[in-house]
Amino acid sequence: MAEVVVLLDLWVSPFGQRCRIALAEKGVAYEYKEEYKEEDWTNKSPLLLQSNPVHKKVPVLIHDGKPVCESLIIVQYIYEVWSDGAPLLPADPYARAQARFWGDFVDKKIYECGTRLWKLKGEAQQEAKKELIEILKLLQAELGDKKYFGGDAFGYVDIALVPFCAWFYTYKACGGLSVEAEVPKLAAWGRRCMERESVAKTLYDPLKVYEFVCHLKKKYGIE
Amino acid sequence: MAEAEQVKVLRSWLSPWSFKVELALKLKGVPHEKVEEDLANKSPLLLASNPIHKKIPVLLHNGKAIPESGIILEYIDETWTNNPILPKAPYERSMARFWSRFIDDKCVGACWMSCWTEGETQQMFMEQARASLRILDDELGERKFFGGESIGLVDISACFLSLWFGVLQEVAGISLINGEEFPNLCRWIEGFVATDAVTECLPPRDELLATFQSKKQAILATKSMVY
Repeated sequence: MAEVVVLLDLWVSPFGQRCRIALAEKGVAYEYKEEYKEEDWTNKSPLLLQSNPVHKKVPVLIHDGKPVCESLIIVQYIYEVWSDGAPLLPADPYARAQARFWGDFVDKKIYECGTRLWKLKGEAQQEAKKELIEILKLLQAELGDKKYFGGDAFGYVDIALVPFCAWFYTYKACGGLSVEAEVPKLAAWGRRCMERESVAKTLYDPLKVYEFVCHLKKKYGIE
Repeated sequence: MAEAEQVKVLRSWLSPWSFKVELALKLKGVPHEKVEEDLANKSPLLLASNPIHKKIPVLLHNGKAIPESGIILEYIDETWTNNPILPKAPYERSMARFWSRFIDDKCVGACWMSCWTEGETQQMFMEQARASLRILDDELGERKFFGGESIGLVDISACFLSLWFGVLQEVAGISLINGEEFPNLCRWIEGFVATDAVTECLPPRDELLATFQSKKQAILATKSMVY
């Protein structure tokens, strides 16, 4: 029974990367469609507008014609549909609640704070740097001495957070935040995740991400 | 679950978020203890149970602490499997999660801020709220509940729009959710608050109104949802 799986995405999007990593972990074949041709954020394909009429944003997973939106909702969907192989979420409801809690924490905190770090200057940037260090420290404490956030198995929280590892270089270059110095155990976790094929094949070179950010800053006249 | 279960909810009688948890437990027939928190003076139990956000609600199940109302709802559904609040099929589950998130991210905040701002700022929030409510009204359509024939995750998530927002609009002197613009939502509100389980969990309207009226000045100053 041939399934058709399509992912509407943007190469550099950490949210899209969560979906790509989850699909790779499950060995699901899919068609990748790049949105926003020529980095024109207004250039949204008819398929995107039709599949996510509410938010008009990537990523969108289209499974046999039915669209699923919001990256962590997509990851949970992938876990529930392709239930063979390594589970992305724990079986125990309490462990699962904890995974959802930390996934939600990453979702609400990292992107917003990280963006302020590379976008802003002066005091506002310093404030963002302080906040991001606190956020990363909380995550490091949660990781503890475990191999992954879920324990021995790579899963939901790892998937939620790992795309941001490609942004650590940008945080240092733009905001003077050294993840290696501030949260070395978390940095080591990032390197461990990169040993997984699903992550290595999905994340872009941090220099490319930095180039993208510099390009964005120029485009919006932010020096 | 043969042995005695201990289920507690750290909550506030004012809060729609702790109402969500209590409604879910009520729908599943799970006996539980409500522990009222003074949000100006948080208990050691609350601070220990939710050290990251220090907020209610927190569900304590045999000593295990689960914070964040949306996460608690999924935990409740997975632990007590009678009267499911989430659909079975993965696609429908993802849609329920999507709309819950939409309500949390796009409706509640804009509706709240519409009440406590003025002039152009208020107009801006009211426009945002209207746009989101329009989308929600369309999504509901002719259905009795977002969950179909019975209350589901999205209905529970939308509870703020029922009693609480009704009271807040009265205190603020605005009328955003009206029958002309949002016929489906108004019909939903009536049906929702009339449901037995909901009636048993809702705080008394007159007390809610009196409390918000007395806290009006404080909220106008900070716009904070913690008052």
